[in-house]
Amino acid sequence: MTETVLKLENVSKQYRLGQIGTGTLSHDLNRWWASVRGKDDPYAKVGVENDRSKATNDNYVWALKDVNLDVKQGEILGVIGKNGAGKSTLLKLLSQVTQPSTGSIKVRGRIASLLEVGTGFHPELTGKENIFLNGAILGMTKREIHSKLEEIVDFAGVAKYLDTPTKRYSSGMTVRLGFAIAAHLEPEILVVDEVLAVGDAEFQRKAIGKMQDVSRQGGRTVLFVSHNMSSIRTLCEKVVMLNNGTVHKIGEPAEVISEYLSVNRGESQNVTLEIPNDLSTYGNGEAKFKSVLLINSINSPTRKLFFCENFTLRIKLNVFRYLENVIVNIFILNAYGEKIVTYSSGKNFQSMAIEEGSKLIEVGCNESLIPGEYSLCLLIAYHNTGNSIDYVESVYSFEVLKDSRNGTFDYPWVTRNGIVYSDQIIKISQVWN
Amino acid sequence: MQESEAGVDDSWDLVIKPKKSWYSLDLKSIWNYRDLLVLFVRRDFVSVFKQTILGPLWFVIQPLFTTLIYTIVFGNLANLATDGIPQPVFYLSGVILWNYFSECLMKTSETFIVNQALFGKVYFPRLIVPISIVMSNFLKFGVQLILFAIIYFYFTFNGGVSPNLYILLLPVLVIIMAGLGLALGLIVSSLTTKYKDLRFLVQFGVQLAMYASPIVYPLSLVPDKYKMLLILNPATGVIETFRFALFSAGEFNLFAFSYSCFSMIALLLIGIVIFNRMEKSFIDTV
Repeated sequence: MTETVLKLENVSKQYRLGQIGTGTLSHDLNRWWASVRGKDDPYAKVGVENDRSKATNDNYVWALKDVNLDVKQGEILGVIGKNGAGKSTLLKLLSQVTQPSTGSIKVRGRIASLLEVGTGFHPELTGKENIFLNGAILGMTKREIHSKLEEIVDFAGVAKYLDTPTKRYSSGMTVRLGFAIAAHLEPEILVVDEVLAVGDAEFQRKAIGKMQDVSRQGGRTVLFVSHNMSSIRTLCEKVVMLNNGTVHKIGEPAEVISEYLSVNRGESQNVTLEIPNDLSTYGNGEAKFKSVLLINSINSPTRKLFFCENFTLRIKLNVFRYLENVIVNIFILNAYGEKIVTYSSGKNFQSMAIEEGSKLIEVGCNESLIPGEYSLCLLIAYHNTGNSIDYVESVYSFEVLKDSRNGTFDYPWVTRNGIVYSDQIIKISQVWN
Repeated sequence: MQESEAGVDDSWDLVIKPKKSWYSLDLKSIWNYRDLLVLFVRRDFVSVFKQTILGPLWFVIQPLFTTLIYTIVFGNLANLATDGIPQPVFYLSGVILWNYFSECLMKTSETFIVNQALFGKVYFPRLIVPISIVMSNFLKFGVQLILFAIIYFYFTFNGGVSPNLYILLLPVLVIIMAGLGLALGLIVSSLTTKYKDLRFLVQFGVQLAMYASPIVYPLSLVPDKYKMLLILNPATGVIETFRFALFSAGEFNLFAFSYSCFSMIALLLIGIVIFNRMEKSFIDTV
């Protein structure tokens, strides 16, 4: 069971940026001459090995760079990564649609990839005809398909529509049929790319179950690419996270997924926000909010919080003169700009005095916000008059994710129910009367 | 399978590596996918007639009417000679042969563009698609050949046309015609992945090329100084031999025939090489 069935060694794939086929006529003729001789395009340089040393300009991009991967037999490997991380390129290389620029991929057995909805289906042909056609495209022989026909039809639940052209199928039926064919192909390695997103909940469960069967009983290997973390978590034993064409992390699902959710998605935003001067809506200049930082429960700065995760806000405030009878309020705004949580510097909104200098404001927050987008509102004001000293409205957007830090919960309605979640549990007991 | 090369660790079934050798035709993998080939042919043939009333009759109607028009326009209005062959069979023989060639060429030349989505998702020997096109068009050609045979037999009994021993070359002629269409189609399809212009060129180019072939006129009608030029068109030898074998009219030009044979083989080799080269990277450039 521990035999390596798929081995990637230093696999890289280079693409050229911009439009292929532009340039001067002499370039085009040169290209033409090259392709007549059966050579690759001298300008596109796709698939030419010695590119690495030559590619000094920015016209080339490595969609994959030195990827090494070992996949064992019977393993269900999840592949995650944001758009552009190289997932699709990896799959293209595996399914032999295109070639790596360098490196090699070694495979034991047959690789089959699950086609996108309807690819390879001919709309005019009946369901049955399409099963044979699609099976053959995936590399099955007629006899193999014959022996599996009943199972495929059964799994897809299209027995009634077998003699109907697939153009009359609903999209769900098409996907089910497509999945059923590939799943019954019995390849040693099955590549599944984002197809589950289309089917309904029942089909998704069925498909995931089928993939588990395939790997556990059939001893087959599944490569599962998805943006849906909860299916990755249910299905995969090992997850690899791609980032900018390299393997960013590989390991236990929970570990890699939390890395993906917390680091990868938020990287475009700085975790520390330096508040620009013009962001203050009101203020008399006696004090200024400088920066905001959000720290999650494991002490790392982030803009992504797991559901039910405690967090700390660290806000820097510059005070330019001794302030008396003031109050500092921090608000959490929801996506509609409503102030839904208020933190205050004084118990029951009591006033206080602040010395001149740089101050650090810290708030430990244990409100369990419903998953969604939030931002902050910062206020320092005179307690009695209510006049603002500095007021920053709607800064530092952060997100509360649908996943909780310690595991998943399968409750799709979580974003629709209320604003704040309380961890008080409703007790239900029997009443005897 | 396709990519495995000599000197590779044998314990792996498949090694995907950057390709260096620029000629590799793996007939074995095409053989492994023969069921797919059959299904593609079936798909192409069957899907055309879904939701039609006349079905395969359409294969017959088209050449029939073309022949009718040619008979009127070229035969009667323009009064072009036909080497003494009855006009309907003269034009029909040219039309079905030329149609077979041009269909093979046009459909094959769109292989990569039409199948982009499929090719972008799953691997199978790409050559299967052009081969299936040639085969499904052969079925179509077969139906038309039956039509031709019926009309031909009518004229053998009533019009005094008679075949000769060269009729044994008929299968070879069909193969040459198919091979030419396939070869040019392969070349064009490989180049169109980058230059979409070629698609337009092919569309009217094929139409024009018909007039550079002896379809609506016999070779004997061409002045001697241009004859050689016309024979340089590989289709000429095929059509002339076809007519000579069936009607015993005109002449059998051995040079034209062998030239057609040779250029078919040469073009086919070039086509396969370019196509094989292209299929590796076309998805990056298409």
